[in-house]
Amino acid sequence: MKIRRIAELLEAEVLCGEENLDGEVHSACGCDMMSDVLAFVKEQAVLITGLCNPQVVRTAEMMDMRCIVFVRGKIPPREVIELADEAGIVVLATNERMYVACGMLYQCGLSGGSFLNG
Amino acid sequence: MADSVNFHFDIDGDNFTSAGEASVMIKKLLRQMEFSPDVIRRVSVAMYEGEINMVIHANGGTADVNVFCDRIEIVLKDNGPGIADVRLAMQEGYSTAPDNIRSLGFGAGMGLPNMKRYTDDMRIESEVGRGTTIYMTVNV
Repeated sequence: MKIRRIAELLEAEVLCGEENLDGEVHSACGCDMMSDVLAFVKEQAVLITGLCNPQVVRTAEMMDMRCIVFVRGKIPPREVIELADEAGIVVLATNERMYVACGMLYQCGLSGGSFLNG
Repeated sequence: MADSVNFHFDIDGDNFTSAGEASVMIKKLLRQMEFSPDVIRRVSVAMYEGEINMVIHANGGTADVNVFCDRIEIVLKDNGPGIADVRLAMQEGYSTAPDNIRSLGFGAGMGLPNMKRYTDDMRIESEVGRGTTIYMTVNV
């Protein structure tokens, strides 16, 4: 799925990374605990979260993720968006709630990806 | 000869916002040195969790990364409160982090287990009241 399609499905605002909207992603992860993202995610390219601090971007960067979706209408502070922009990560903001946003993307073919083995 | 390239970082303990900057820097450096994405990710995630821990628990510390051809060693040192029961601290889900840290997305009790998960060797030296030093190695 193209990141652009994610933005369309969630009627999301693109906060940065417009030039990377045509990037292809195959799996996603919905999570507010960053250590869980760091533990269990493998090759998941999209992080859907309600958390809005710089560590969300650093976590995504550590895991080579390409897109962060902020849910529930949250707009992260400018320094968070700038950090993501520097890292080449697309940032989207949607009014959908976490459960609904994840459900919509899953239904349209964005899987949960595979778990990392120990 | 085991030639290595060494990087040193001071981790600011007062600033949760900047936590992780050293790991981002290491990730960039290892990328320039053309290590595989898997190795780069393992080193940077392990170091990132360590950095976060030092900021949460120990008011900062230092990180030294020694890059060899066949392995990358990471030494994280702090003068924090130390870990009373290392075995307990290594259990997934065990955390002594305060609630305000949980609201920031950490303190799930996954930090140390993640560091172990991503490294080939991990050793913790800790003394209560003195501080903690963690040695980690990722084989290339």
